[in-house]
Amino acid sequence: MLLNIGKRVLQALVVLIGVALLIFIMLRIVPGNAIITMMGEHANPEAIERMTAELGLDKPFYVQFYTYITGALRGDFGTSYSLHVSVSSLIAQAFPNTVCLALAAAVVAWLIGIVCGIIAAIKENSLLDRLFMGFSLFGVSMPVFMVAMVLQYLFAYKLGWFGISGVSDWRGFVLPAIALGWNSAGSIARLTRSTLVEVLQEDYIDTARAKGRRRMGVILFHALRNSMLPVITMMAVQLSSLLSGAVICETIFSINGIGRLAVDAISGRDIPLLQGTILLSTALVILGNLVADCLYSVLDPRVRKGD
Amino acid sequence: MRDEQEEILTMQMDSPEDVLGEADTLKDQLKRMARQNKLAVISAVVILLFVLGAIFAPVLTPYEFDQQDVINRLAPPSAEHLLGTDELGRDVLTRLLYGSRISLLVGVVPTVISMLAGAVLGICAGYIGGKTDVIIMRLADIMLAFPSMLLAMVIMYTLGDGLINIFLALALVSWASVARIVRAETLKLKESVFVEAAKSLGVSRLKIMCRHIFPNCLPSMIVLFTLNIPSAILSESSLSFLGIGIKYPQASWGLMVNLGRQFLYTKPWLSLAPSIAIMLVVLAFNFLGDGLRDVLDPHLKDQ
Repeated sequence: MLLNIGKRVLQALVVLIGVALLIFIMLRIVPGNAIITMMGEHANPEAIERMTAELGLDKPFYVQFYTYITGALRGDFGTSYSLHVSVSSLIAQAFPNTVCLALAAAVVAWLIGIVCGIIAAIKENSLLDRLFMGFSLFGVSMPVFMVAMVLQYLFAYKLGWFGISGVSDWRGFVLPAIALGWNSAGSIARLTRSTLVEVLQEDYIDTARAKGRRRMGVILFHALRNSMLPVITMMAVQLSSLLSGAVICETIFSINGIGRLAVDAISGRDIPLLQGTILLSTALVILGNLVADCLYSVLDPRVRKGD
Repeated sequence: MRDEQEEILTMQMDSPEDVLGEADTLKDQLKRMARQNKLAVISAVVILLFVLGAIFAPVLTPYEFDQQDVINRLAPPSAEHLLGTDELGRDVLTRLLYGSRISLLVGVVPTVISMLAGAVLGICAGYIGGKTDVIIMRLADIMLAFPSMLLAMVIMYTLGDGLINIFLALALVSWASVARIVRAETLKLKESVFVEAAKSLGVSRLKIMCRHIFPNCLPSMIVLFTLNIPSAILSESSLSFLGIGIKYPQASWGLMVNLGRQFLYTKPWLSLAPSIAIMLVVLAFNFLGDGLRDVLDPHLKDQ
């Protein structure tokens, strides 16, 4: 198993380097020199040259990439073109907010998703099941910004229960987390239902029932445990869409997070900032998948013993 | 070996229904779906209505999509303007109809591109194997590691705004998952008896991939196609919502939501109307995709 995990870590590293290279290439083939965008059309040529040399943009591509990667490993992502402070300090400010938001959204998604999924699976094909599953498809089909704006309108503006924007305390995270978790809740509910329905048909469920355990006990301790594996893998996949959705949520609720930094970086044509935010988010997704893979092999005895 | 034999045995055991099931033409399967799944049929009708609305937009509305009427700006819904007017006095319903052109195009075009690219790469990776497989799948891993929204944002940054670039960006974002699924399917088909037979008859590799593997991937691809359209529509609306993508004065649903957002508390319909339109189309495609999956490719259910 250790060998297996080691292999996965190695694979993740390869993917991470690939990701860094891809972002690096994409941001450097932008039409129009970044320096000119930065200093204006009419900057004098000498100043442009000096700036280019200062930023190391005159060196060959692979040298630039090497410098960037070794810097990034030390936590140095360069200096923001638009804000003139180090990218790592900007990210350090924004990162906790995005992590809190994503975690809160994950909790919302898990709670709603798993509870609805269990109920739907127990009452398979009942009216309740169809209602929940139809509703979950609704959840999946709503754009994040729609959920966010409806919540903002109803609970912040009309009812005044929460602040309209910003996150001065935990209450500021409630609405954004629901808006962000909404989509994932739908897909988790559907997945929980389908795996649970399958597991409930296994022989060991009948055995447990025959031994006299209560139905609820069997569902919670025998069936649910065995149907959680795909849901855990799913959550890792969801992390990527949570970070995508966070871009929208942070914009609507004015949360100073990674996603909003990325949007600001695009409008400010700020390559180092954009590069840093995207690299970090993607690294987070890769890490999440790695953890899920390892969890999977720890939790599933078949995989654990197989290797 | 033993497993293989068992598999062949079970295949034979199941064969009477299975063969009948296989013999179903696509048309029969669709008919079956239409009988069993009313929701899928309703969804197909909804999609058709949106398509018709998009095509006949100029006939359906007396206004132009960029026709301004500043005196009547921000008017609430009325008989003349069923969904009111926006901040420049443009008819919201008209803009919705024209916006559906972009949303539907953005749903279909990048999905077609990514399906084709994903199918070609997936089949090559699965059938040729070896280094080709490793290179293609590692590339797919890299693409899939990105949060799709952020990747699309970087690509849009590189390419610049505009409809064609949105097509490209969304296709680049979504080919990898298609390639992965098609590859898995190809690996399964590669072991099947008819491919073995074709191989032993000396049919060339290219021909096997085109004539034998590809057509057998089609059912899953149809399902994937229907399910990838809504995610493309959602991605475009999110991009346009952020102001990256479709530019003013073109009408796109995401852009309409974005422009309406500043009036959220006083004129909520400005952003709610396009949001609901997005939701309806996405929902219809999801229901239809679900229905198609049940008849065409039950295995895909957990993916």
